[in-house]
Amino acid sequence: MRGYMGKVLRVNLSERTVKTEKLDLNVAQKYLGSRGLGVKTLIDEVDPKVDPFSPDNKFIVAAGALTGAPVPTSGRYMVITKSPLTGGIAIANSGGKWGADFKATGHDMIIFEGKADKPVYLSIEDDKVEIRDASHVWGKTTEEVTEILQKEVKDAKVLCIGPAGEKLSFLAAVMNDLDRAAGRGGVGAVMGSKNLKAVVVKGTNKINLFDEERVKKVSSQKIKILREDPVAGQGLPTYGTAILVNIINENGVLPVKNFQESYTSDADLISGETLTEKYLVKKNACFRCPIACGRVVKLADGSVVGGPEYETIWSFGADCGVFDYDAINEANMLCNEYGIDTISTGATIAAAMELYQRGYIKDEEIAGDGLSLKWGDSKAITGWVKKMGLKEGFGEKMSQGSYRLADSYGVPEISMTVKKQELPAYDPRGIQGHGINYAVNNRGGCHIKGYMINPEILGYPEKLDRLALEGKPAYTKVFHDLTAVIDSIGLCLFTTFGLGLHDYVEMYNAVCGDIYNDESLLEAGERIWNIEKLFNLEAGITSSEDKLPKRLTDDPIPEGPSKGHVHHLDKLLPEYYAVRGWDENGIPTEETLRRLGLEEYKKFLGLAQA
Amino acid sequence: MAGEYMIKVEVRLFAYFREGREKNQILMLEENIEISKVLGMLDIKEEEVSILLLNGRDGPADRKLKDGDVIALFPPVGGG
Repeated sequence: MRGYMGKVLRVNLSERTVKTEKLDLNVAQKYLGSRGLGVKTLIDEVDPKVDPFSPDNKFIVAAGALTGAPVPTSGRYMVITKSPLTGGIAIANSGGKWGADFKATGHDMIIFEGKADKPVYLSIEDDKVEIRDASHVWGKTTEEVTEILQKEVKDAKVLCIGPAGEKLSFLAAVMNDLDRAAGRGGVGAVMGSKNLKAVVVKGTNKINLFDEERVKKVSSQKIKILREDPVAGQGLPTYGTAILVNIINENGVLPVKNFQESYTSDADLISGETLTEKYLVKKNACFRCPIACGRVVKLADGSVVGGPEYETIWSFGADCGVFDYDAINEANMLCNEYGIDTISTGATIAAAMELYQRGYIKDEEIAGDGLSLKWGDSKAITGWVKKMGLKEGFGEKMSQGSYRLADSYGVPEISMTVKKQELPAYDPRGIQGHGINYAVNNRGGCHIKGYMINPEILGYPEKLDRLALEGKPAYTKVFHDLTAVIDSIGLCLFTTFGLGLHDYVEMYNAVCGDIYNDESLLEAGERIWNIEKLFNLEAGITSSEDKLPKRLTDDPIPEGPSKGHVHHLDKLLPEYYAVRGWDENGIPTEETLRRLGLEEYKKFLGLAQA
Repeated sequence: MAGEYMIKVEVRLFAYFREGREKNQILMLEENIEISKVLGMLDIKEEEVSILLLNGRDGPADRKLKDGDVIALFPPVGGG
């Protein structure tokens, strides 16, 4: 096999058995690997109606065909399961080094089934695979567990959950290499529900390449493009993703105080320029990455830790009215330690602050916690992260996300979520394409699976008017499908600053064989998007959840450069369904399933419509 | 006579554009002056500018300025 390792591990935690199965190469190629292969496996093996914390839910970790291969940014892996946060498909990916080391053990995917009766971790050293006791690391933070397990398996890479995952917080992340996160959808809680604390990997296998010379040539050509691209080669390495703070703010689409405002005159206090000037210690790169957007920063107490990304700076910063980098950096570090999603955690604190502002949350409810819910309180953001990570006091209620929190006060509309997952750091009222991406995203409120900020704000691959409606649904669809491709072959989305569809075709074919052309590779992405959609439909998530919070469609932005705008979802949604080949209820037509080679899932359509 | 009136325009510079320049500047300019002229005054080449916001809207450098306008200039930078 080329690109793929050819082996799948099936780990039954209830029976404590490990089986090695042969990878079905035809299926792997049809769904590319990683995200696509994982979703295909999940939908075939798990009833989408399953309780996410039931032993019948499965927890899948998968690498792409290019993960670990000698091509740029090949360090990525994907976690696939049913999300406790949204009730739909969870697809969360991460970089660092773990993914490449996992692939080097000689496996493409692990399928965890059942539930261990006590805490365990999985150790994989090539073909030596063991389920081991983890009671000594249960309750430990991600840094502690990583340190302990790296003594037990020398030089291994560690993927793990923190206390938030063990305690089944719906916001819990899967962490690897200390500060890299497969963050969204509560995937860490599914691991916790199975009493699975960590997966430790160490491998010596090489990936077979279809054409080694061609891989070398193609790879150096792509690295050259990325190095010469002003964003990938200079902007991201210099400033990290934090550079977006000022860009998004100057466009008047930086959500402030839970999307009550969309511009702040204080943005420079939490900007990428300020992070670089005052807090940056060094850059950090994932496996085979020529970009190195990762940050290492100094905290107020002098300790040196992984630094925040743009989304995190926003969620704990502007969204909570906090303009204090020391507090944001500390909140980010705490999220990594407790293993909890930075976007949803910060945004849930912001929603709690609005609930407090409007009198829904009363002082007496939080009196025992010794923390305020006042806008701009730096101590509050770090304090509530700890409470949410450990599910203590009022933090327990917050740890299930802003939707359930706001709903418990009878005002779910105060939760800025799509499908119960917190929206990231862009107000779609001033970015119409990005709003349609939010509304229809299979994993709920999510920016990266269709990052329309690229054309609408940054001008990649071309500039689009951010307020225009025309053509946006079709454009968003292409971004969704292309992102599914990049995720599924195992590369980083930041390569899109420089690379296009044909570059991915060249890399995939050089590694795996001449299988795809531009059209068929993009269609594979479309197939993956549709199978995820089918999972959601079967799980009961219909078009009634393809919507934005009422504030974003009904209330104009009050001040700043995008003042007066709302999101026009009603105009864009029918067109998105149409360009997808879905009916007016957002359900794929039989013809669409046939075209994409998904006939076997026709059985889901009748049920979804019932 | 064109340019008889003076207008006040705020220029905000970001990322590398801050190197050797004041990051926020208030300029007194002739009315209806084009943004491209302002770029020249700042010694910034038009092709160096990736995002050129006039009151929050991206667009070309031939746009004309009026009193109270805010220009924000970014070199090619991005994230996600």
